[in-house]
Amino acid sequence: MTDTTPADVGFAPPAEVEEVELYHAKSWITKYVFSQDAKVIAIQYSATAIAVGMVGLVLSWLMRLQLGFPETFSFIDAADYYQFITMHGMIMVIYLLTALFLGGFGNYLIPLMIGARDMVFPYMNMLSYWVYLLAVLLLMASYFVPGGPTGAGWTLYPPQSILPGTPGHEWGIILMLVSLVLFIVGFTMGGLNYVVTVLQARTRGMTLMRLPLTVWGIFIATILALLAFPALLVGGVMLLLDRVLSTSFFMPSIVLMGESLDYGGGTPILFQHLFWFFGHPEVYIVGLPAFGIVSDLLSVHARRNIFGYRMMVWALIAIGGLSFVVWAHHMYVSGMNPYFGFFFATTTLIIAVPTALKVYNWVLTLWRGNIRLTIPMLFAIGFIFTFINGGITGLFLGNVVVDVPLSDTMFVVAHFHMVMGVAPLLVIFGAIYHWYPKITGRMLNETLGQFHFWITFVGAYSIFFPLHYLGFLGVPRRYYEIGETAFIPASAQSLNAFVTVVTLIVGFAQLVFFYNLFRSLTKGEPAGDNPWQATTLEWQTSETPPGHGNFGDELPVVYRWAYDYSVPGAVDDFIPQNKAPDETTGRSEPT
Amino acid sequence: MSIIDKLMVKPWIADQGALEEQNGFAQPAKKIALWIFLAVVSVLFSLFISAYFMRMELADWRPLADPGLLWINTALLIVSSVALQWARVSADRGQFSGLKFGLLIAGAATLAFLAGQYVAWQQLIALGYFASSNPANAFYYLLTGLHGLHLLGGLVVWGMTTNKLMGGSQVDEVRVTVELCAIYWHFLLLVWLILFGLLLAT
Ligand code: HEM
Ligand SMILES: [Cu+2]
Repeated sequence: MTDTTPADVGFAPPAEVEEVELYHAKSWITKYVFSQDAKVIAIQYSATAIAVGMVGLVLSWLMRLQLGFPETFSFIDAADYYQFITMHGMIMVIYLLTALFLGGFGNYLIPLMIGARDMVFPYMNMLSYWVYLLAVLLLMASYFVPGGPTGAGWTLYPPQSILPGTPGHEWGIILMLVSLVLFIVGFTMGGLNYVVTVLQARTRGMTLMRLPLTVWGIFIATILALLAFPALLVGGVMLLLDRVLSTSFFMPSIVLMGESLDYGGGTPILFQHLFWFFGHPEVYIVGLPAFGIVSDLLSVHARRNIFGYRMMVWALIAIGGLSFVVWAHHMYVSGMNPYFGFFFATTTLIIAVPTALKVYNWVLTLWRGNIRLTIPMLFAIGFIFTFINGGITGLFLGNVVVDVPLSDTMFVVAHFHMVMGVAPLLVIFGAIYHWYPKITGRMLNETLGQFHFWITFVGAYSIFFPLHYLGFLGVPRRYYEIGETAFIPASAQSLNAFVTVVTLIVGFAQLVFFYNLFRSLTKGEPAGDNPWQATTLEWQTSETPPGHGNFGDELPVVYRWAYDYSVPGAVDDFIPQNKAPDETTGRSEPT
Repeated sequence: MSIIDKLMVKPWIADQGALEEQNGFAQPAKKIALWIFLAVVSVLFSLFISAYFMRMELADWRPLADPGLLWINTALLIVSSVALQWARVSADRGQFSGLKFGLLIAGAATLAFLAGQYVAWQQLIALGYFASSNPANAFYYLLTGLHGLHLLGGLVVWGMTTNKLMGGSQVDEVRVTVELCAIYWHFLLLVWLILFGLLLAT
């Protein structure tokens, strides 16, 4: 480590960053409704995503009611159950998590964290939200069409997804596909924005390797999404044509009730390839932003620099690349060439290496940290547990011989809920507790937060841990009712009832969180500009919440990375990124 | 610094990766966005073409006729691409008239191309090549339709630019947009040539 003098690094060459022409809202409508300010768009995205997420949550209660107490509820029949499953899965994965991480957190955090005034294409950014909203509305509209929403499963596999016998094959499936296409169009507008903003609009001194990992995570995830969503678009459009124009891209010849249909010659496997070529990267589209955010939460609240920053960045890139060559591990039971299975099992195990590396680095960041058990920290630690758990079951399922008997059982449901349901949700909660003070200027209530964390964390484990066991017993997934079988003991039913009761309790406990969100708007403790004493730029704004244009008159200049915590010799235990070397005595410590 | 070098920087050492002369690429943001968008569109068409090849292997595939009109359409699209290139070069040199004529010819040729594609559809339908009767037909309508949609999107930008220019804007104000249009058109020409080749070859 060499001593640096201000002369080396304090010199700031003139800005080469293009001046973004800030748009100025003229009326209330353009300020809060058709706004082009990324911060407002972020709130709109988040609110919409959370609202539709609540629908997904209620659907999960209905499913659990049926599973826990079969033959009790006359208002749930088999067709309803399939519709619940499908809408729940699709809503949670795409309309909630993808939209919230990229449209919500991406819009709020990218410009602030890189020191930009806004996204580079504000108008397109606004459009992105409205197209997303339209997609959500179309999806919800499928509840009001004849036949109701589609019940094809979130994977929408043909041929069944468009044939009579599957609920919603009349209109539901059409609305679902059109809504997905719109979602992708809207996302592409937003995604281009996020990527170009990160590339081009960084403030002076914000080099690539000085970006906070949150930005890296969102950035790589957006690239993945831009390249993976086209596969869903291709599959979706072709399926739509099969449904509407009776083409036979995917449809084999079919005899239905003694009559042969117009279809013939197509191959459903083609759809599966397209779907999973999108579907697997999708896991990382919600995973990578979570990885990035959790790294920052851990570092801030443990007052430690993130362990192995460079490795963390490289791992994000490696995971992003690898995620495009593992898709067929979702198709071990679809009748593939066994050599393919071998190939995909291998790549799946390889992707575990950079992933495991990230987990080690998180744990090592905590090691000997000055850990503050704030609410964001609790959620971040909760994430590590859940993610390890879900990751390990993923290694099981990545192997063909293990997957074949477990495929389509509750074990798979447990696995993916742990790894891509609960784990990212915990990060989202942590992130909301962390950034709420910046967004609103007030702290969330700590006691309510403690209650919310413990009931959510313990609750999630009580819900999903037993499902692993049920899976081993052979309880199948996507079954409305199991009935009597030779191999599933009656005790499985008691376990199912227990899970359902917990689900309802945990679900209602979320009201505490919403109460906290609303109450703290006016009653929360004032937060000040930098309540967590964090280094990144969003905490260094002159106003909280940040005003239009984010940073007063002058953009901040960045002199250091985002992780100067507990630097030996420094006065404070953190040095903001925009603090010039001559303003501080400390220097950072390499890892 | 190459991108690899940038990613090797140890950021905790203050003078490593210190203030760079410049962040990002020395190109307008719009151009970067266009390149990324073209990457996305390439993925889209590549996936369609992979699906095409997979579906082609199956027994029921029967190739469709290649309407002779497609050769004329191809020529029209080449004309529009060349005209836009002319417009782009003229804009660089600050020549108003070349820019104007380039844009107008490109627009006209593109519209003619789209009309020609539509007529080709009608001819095929008249010959009984319905989308539902064979996957080869379905792919043809799907791929040409998608390509046409992309051109239509381009025409919207073309229209706004031309309008602006006719409304008395300076050459400099539209230079970047014209350049982007030219790149986009060349790209779509390339896509068309690949699709056309695919059609002729299979
Ligand atoms: C709020 C807590 C949640 C509960 C209680 C819950 C419960 C369930 C249940 C009971 C099923 C159906 C199992 C079956 O019969 O096959 C299911 C399916 C599913 N869930 Fe969740 N879930 C929750 C949250 C989430 C989240 C956050 C995600 C986001 C990744 C998610 C994604 C899915 C997916 C993709 C399916 C599969 C749908 C299908 O089989 O087509 N869930 N969930
Ligand atoms: Cu996967």
